[in-house]
Amino acid sequence: MGQKAPRLAALAVFLVTIAACGGSAPAAPQTDIGITSDSILLGNTIAQSGAAAAYGTIANAELAYFTYVNGQGGVNGRKINFKILDDAYNPAQTVPLTKQLVEQDQVFAMFSGLGTQAQVSVRDYLNQKKVPQLFVATGATTWGKDFASNQWSLSWQPPYQGESHIYAKDVLANHPNAKIGVLYQNDDYGQDYLKGLEDGLGSKASMIVAKESYDVTAANPFTQLTKLKGAGADTIFLFSTPKPSIQSLAFITAVHWEPTIYLNSVSNPQVYMAAAKKAGAALKNVTSVGYIKDPTDPQWAADSGMQLYKTVIASCTTCKPEDGFNIYGVAVAYTMVTVLKQAGSNMTRKNVMDIAANRLNETNPFLLPNVKVKTTSSDHFPVMQEQVITWNGTGWTLQGSLIDERGTIK
Amino acid sequence: MGFPTVISSFQTSEWTQALILAIAIMGLNILVGYSGQLSLGHGAFLALGAYISAILAHRYKMDYLLTIPIAALLTGVVGFLFGIPALRLSALYLALATFALAVVTPSLIKRPAALTGGVQGILVSQPDPPQFANDAFATVTGTAMTSDQWIYYISLFCTLLLFWVAWNILRRRPGRAMRAIRDGEVAAAASGVNISAYKTLAFAISAFYAGAAGSLFGLATGFVSPDTFPVSLSIQLLVGAVVGGLASIPGPLLGAIFAYFLPIESNQWVPSQTWIPAQITSTVKNAGPAVSYGVVLILIMMFAPNGLVGLVTSGYSALNRRLRGAADRETGQIPPDPQTV
Repeated sequence: MGQKAPRLAALAVFLVTIAACGGSAPAAPQTDIGITSDSILLGNTIAQSGAAAAYGTIANAELAYFTYVNGQGGVNGRKINFKILDDAYNPAQTVPLTKQLVEQDQVFAMFSGLGTQAQVSVRDYLNQKKVPQLFVATGATTWGKDFASNQWSLSWQPPYQGESHIYAKDVLANHPNAKIGVLYQNDDYGQDYLKGLEDGLGSKASMIVAKESYDVTAANPFTQLTKLKGAGADTIFLFSTPKPSIQSLAFITAVHWEPTIYLNSVSNPQVYMAAAKKAGAALKNVTSVGYIKDPTDPQWAADSGMQLYKTVIASCTTCKPEDGFNIYGVAVAYTMVTVLKQAGSNMTRKNVMDIAANRLNETNPFLLPNVKVKTTSSDHFPVMQEQVITWNGTGWTLQGSLIDERGTIK
Repeated sequence: MGFPTVISSFQTSEWTQALILAIAIMGLNILVGYSGQLSLGHGAFLALGAYISAILAHRYKMDYLLTIPIAALLTGVVGFLFGIPALRLSALYLALATFALAVVTPSLIKRPAALTGGVQGILVSQPDPPQFANDAFATVTGTAMTSDQWIYYISLFCTLLLFWVAWNILRRRPGRAMRAIRDGEVAAAASGVNISAYKTLAFAISAFYAGAAGSLFGLATGFVSPDTFPVSLSIQLLVGAVVGGLASIPGPLLGAIFAYFLPIESNQWVPSQTWIPAQITSTVKNAGPAVSYGVVLILIMMFAPNGLVGLVTSGYSALNRRLRGAADRETGQIPPDPQTV
């Protein structure tokens, strides 16, 4: 008896060790920081105060969609928690807030951070830490173009340059003798649009007779528009955010000018068109592009995607359902949920990033029919199809068919 | 000092930001609190310091730590030059001129895009801690030092050094001269104080501090861009200086802690409290940190018009008077008049 006990104990320890080593490892689902058995933690920084506060509602709409998904049982049994912090559109605040989310709150991934400068300021940090920086809310070309050196960062919306390519095609086809005047915001966003237009026009870039820029802090772009008019432009490109766009549209009518107008998609939601009309704009010959369904457009009233949007957004008390930013937020959150669902039990940062950047092929109910959210191992621009739209006095009319700019941005 | 050994690397980086803000506010305090010249545009000097360092480190591959004194000196020279026309501007006009400086700064930075990186900004690579620091840190905590923690110690060193320098300048002749100018220019001139020399000197020193702070700011943030230096930064600095207590040495440190942490904490703390009515919470959320920041600021200005330092000193002297008063009444003596500074 005295000899048996130690042997039995040794055997027991041996068996337990085997069980611990061999038994659990292959079967256990893989997870990372920010994932528990019943939750997934995502982090976000966005401007909810300051000059760009109008964007802030995007995060609230995203939260509304996650809340909706959680109500339906979550993603594979896990509820999504979404922590939103206000960086006031200032990169100096984005950096500490992102560090807080990653190091203190221990988020699984950053999702839909807003602003090019703000998101570029944390790109190196997140890539170093191997934390996914998913679907940043900026149309700068750098995200898809420089993916090779920043494999933990990805954007979602069509890049501004792709949109400009479409305008270039449209103007060459419909107004081959146009004298183009360009008004653009003097930052990466405006410059990206301008570059896309010049690239798209190619050898016809001399059609641009004048280009004028304004700074974000400028009160209005009236001086610049007067210069464009003086240069003899008969076709105007507005690469500007909603406020200066509304001011420009009203100003053009006020000075009895009737150029063909190309308005960038950033400023084309119907709420802004209505505001421009109210300010006195005639809104004649206005062309833009779209890839997302406009919540105020009656043609989508019976659409199942739009009805889902209305259901989702109703849970957000501060969100205006007709605001185009909100359907953007719901649509990008939809893609995030698709990615997480596709990851299944392999909830690691590496796997989620791999799916988002290389293996995404989604039909998103909030985007125009047939627009695919797609990535492959050689293409990291998720949304690349857009359609030309023209203003008919009360709403946008879709023209022609979807234009695919995939592979045109090198 | 041993702070980073007990708090997380992330919290350390927050304190780094507060320390850097303290340096900038100390600079502003010398200008506003001691020499009586109002500046609403100190963010511009921060931007200058940050960009000098970032450009030297990024384009000319200099060691970032070496660029800090260079940035401070060059910004100091620019501050001196700015101080000369500032002599002709009296209080309100100077405030407006400096405010204009803050407004145009983001646009100015964008113009020479080849030099400043334009709207894309410049990424600053954060240095790894040197071996000796890493070893010392590891023996205390058992973990390796992060670059955030190393930058904290760099900032702490600069803060202590610059506060010590300020203390020495301000309690000697230049400090007395500046205060004399602030309290009465004519009287100061009659007493033989060279008004224009000391006023421009105050501008130069102040810009020197802002330049050093800006340089450290770029290092701690790891990124400089036009949007990093909005007008609100200049206002934040002035708020910090006033709340901390003008014309005092510890004031800027307290003011910096207030100006850095209050907006962040109020924005996160208010929505997390269930006892606050949902309407207020959503207002705070929508309006951002401005609301709670504003409320606290108004309260401080009402109850502590001389800032936090003023509150402590007046509280201390009131308590002292009361205690002494009680003792004096027993002995039949009258308490002395409170001293004015």
